[in-house]
Amino acid sequence: MCECCNGKKDIYLPELCTITKRRMLNGTELYMHLEKDSGADFDYIPGQFVEVSVAGIGEAPISISSSPTQKGLELVVRNVGSLTKVIHKMEVGDKLGIRGPYGSTYPVESAKGKDLVFICGGIGLVPQRSFIRYALDNRADYGNITVLIGTKCHDMRLFREEIAMWEERDDMTVMETIDEGHDCWNGNVGVVTTLIPKVESDLPKSQVLICGPPIMYKFVLMALAEADVPEDHIFVNLERRMKCGVGKCGHCQMNGHYVCQDGPVFRYSDLANVPEAI
Amino acid sequence: MSVSTVTKKQFKSFVSALLGTGQAVIGVQAKNDKFAFGELKNADDLRLDYDVTILSPRKYLLPPKEELLSFKVGGESKSVQDAGKMVLLGVHPYDMVAINQMDELFSQDEYDTHYMNRRKNITVIACDVVTPSENVFASSMNTATCDKGYDLLLTDIGDAYVVDAPTEKGQALVAMMSGANKATDADLDKRKAVQEKNRLVLNKHQLECKPSFLPKLLEKAYNHPVWEEKAKLCYSCGSCNQVCPTCYCFDVQDEVNWDLETGCRYRAWDGCLLQNFATVAGDHNFRKKREDRFRHRLYRKGKYVPSKIGGQIACVGCGRCVSACTSHIANPVDVYNTILETTELS
Repeated sequence: MCECCNGKKDIYLPELCTITKRRMLNGTELYMHLEKDSGADFDYIPGQFVEVSVAGIGEAPISISSSPTQKGLELVVRNVGSLTKVIHKMEVGDKLGIRGPYGSTYPVESAKGKDLVFICGGIGLVPQRSFIRYALDNRADYGNITVLIGTKCHDMRLFREEIAMWEERDDMTVMETIDEGHDCWNGNVGVVTTLIPKVESDLPKSQVLICGPPIMYKFVLMALAEADVPEDHIFVNLERRMKCGVGKCGHCQMNGHYVCQDGPVFRYSDLANVPEAI
Repeated sequence: MSVSTVTKKQFKSFVSALLGTGQAVIGVQAKNDKFAFGELKNADDLRLDYDVTILSPRKYLLPPKEELLSFKVGGESKSVQDAGKMVLLGVHPYDMVAINQMDELFSQDEYDTHYMNRRKNITVIACDVVTPSENVFASSMNTATCDKGYDLLLTDIGDAYVVDAPTEKGQALVAMMSGANKATDADLDKRKAVQEKNRLVLNKHQLECKPSFLPKLLEKAYNHPVWEEKAKLCYSCGSCNQVCPTCYCFDVQDEVNWDLETGCRYRAWDGCLLQNFATVAGDHNFRKKREDRFRHRLYRKGKYVPSKIGGQIACVGCGRCVSACTSHIANPVDVYNTILETTELS
C-alpha cells in the first residue's frame, strides 16, 4: 500500500501463511493445514477458493476444503503443475502466499431445513468437504445429509479415515464407489452416477451439490434429470483457469460469466444460456 | 469550460516546452511507412495528422509486461507501484473510448491499484482524426468523436488547433500555451464541421446495424456457421488481441532475478485466441476449438464486456485487427454483418 493508491489495497498482494500440518492423502494429493502469520482468522464460506502462491514459482486457484467452523485453512493440492510440484516438497513451517477467499458460495443459508445430497467425483470431494463439514457442525440446520463419492481406483481414495467416521454416524449416509474393482475393495464398483438411484432422500426435494472432473457433470446432470430433480435445486462447482481471482484477467471466463466472481458455485438453472459451462 | 484556439506554430512551441517539464511525453511519430506511439524527443517528430498507430496507447496504461509485486523467493511480497507522470499526446477518439472503458473495468468491483495509479498519472491529449486509416470504422461504432476522458482535445482546423480543456490538468496545459486565445465562433464552427465529417467518413466498413443492437443480435448467433467458416483459416496467432485497444486480458507469472533470492511477479498481455488461453493444470483446455476462441473474441466485444460497462460496445472501430490479421478473418463488421444478413430477427 502506498500514498499514491489512496489507501486502497493491492488486490494482487498475497498474505503469508504457514503450513502447520501436512500429509499425503494418496499418491498425488497433499493435504495441508495453514494458519495466517498475522494470527488473524480466515473468513470464508464453503464453496470459495483462494489463490495460493510461492514467490518465485507462481500462483494458482485452490479450493478450500475446511469449514469456517474450524480454525485455520485446509487445502488439498494435486501434484499436477509447476507450482503444485513445489508445494508438494514443502514441509511444516514453510510459507505460502494466500489471496482471497474469492468467488461464490454453496447455498449454506438457503439450503437450511432441506436434505443435502453431495455428489463428488475424484478430487471434487475436496471443496464439497467444506460444506459437508459445515453442515455436520451445524447439524440441526439441515435435513438428511447424503454423500456420494466416486473415485477412479481404490488407491486414489481421499480422506479415508474421515469417510470411515462419517460412515459410523447415524445422522448421515455415505456411499462410495470406485470405477475399477480392486482386491482390497468390497464396496460398490462403477461410476458415481450408479449411486444416484440408491439415494433414499427425496431427490426432487433435495439440494444437490456436484463437484468432479469436467466429464462427470454431463452424466450426473442427465441422471438427475431422470430423477426429476429441478434444475434450481442443483449446484455445480466448476473449475476454470482463475488466474487473477478478481475478475480482470479474463482466463476463467465462461461465456459472459467470470467463474472467479460469479462462480465457482453456480445454481444449475442459472447456466441455461451458458453453453461453455458444462 | 474553456475552448481556445492556438496556431500550429504556437502549439509546436508548447510541445517543446512540455518536453522540458521532466515528465515522459509519449507522442505519435512516423515509423517507416506507419505510425506509432513512442517517447517524443523533438516537437518536430510529432505527427498529429497520422491515420492510425500500429498499437493502441493501451501499452502505456497496461504495459505489455508490468511488475505487480517484488519478493524474496519463497517469502514475503511487496506491492510495486512505480508509475511516473506521463503525457499521452495524440490519442484518437476511438482509442480514447477504449481507455475510458478500461478505466471502468479496472476500477469496478475489485479496484486495480496498478492500472488506476498509472492512469491517474497520465495526462491525455486527444486529437480528432485528420487522415482516415484504410480500415477504420469508428463512424459505425459511434466512436469517431469522443466527449470525455481527455484533458485536452485538439481539433485541426487548418492552420490552428481548437483546444478543449475540460479538466484542471488540461487548463494548466492551456496556460502554458503562449498565444492561445479564446476560440471564436468561426473556429468552433470549423471544429464542428471536422467532427461532423468524421462521424460520417471514418467508415471503411459499414456495420449494418446500430452498435447497440449487437448484444441482442449475438443472442441468436451462438451456433451460426460463420464461426467455423472464418475460424478454419485462423492461425491462433493472437494478432487481433495484440493490436486491439480494448483487449485487456493478462497472464501473471513469477520471474526470479540472477541472485536467485529476489524476483518479481508480473502481468503480461495474453490473448483469448491463443490456443492455451483457457487451459488448466492437468492439460484440460476449456476452449480447445479454434472456432470457439474466434467466437469468444467477438462475443466479448459485442456482448460480454458491454454487459459489464453499461452496454457500451467493446469494439471501437479502429480497424487494427482488420489490418493485422494474416488470414483476413478478423474484421468484426464482416462477421456481424454476415450474422445480420443470415439470421431471422424477430
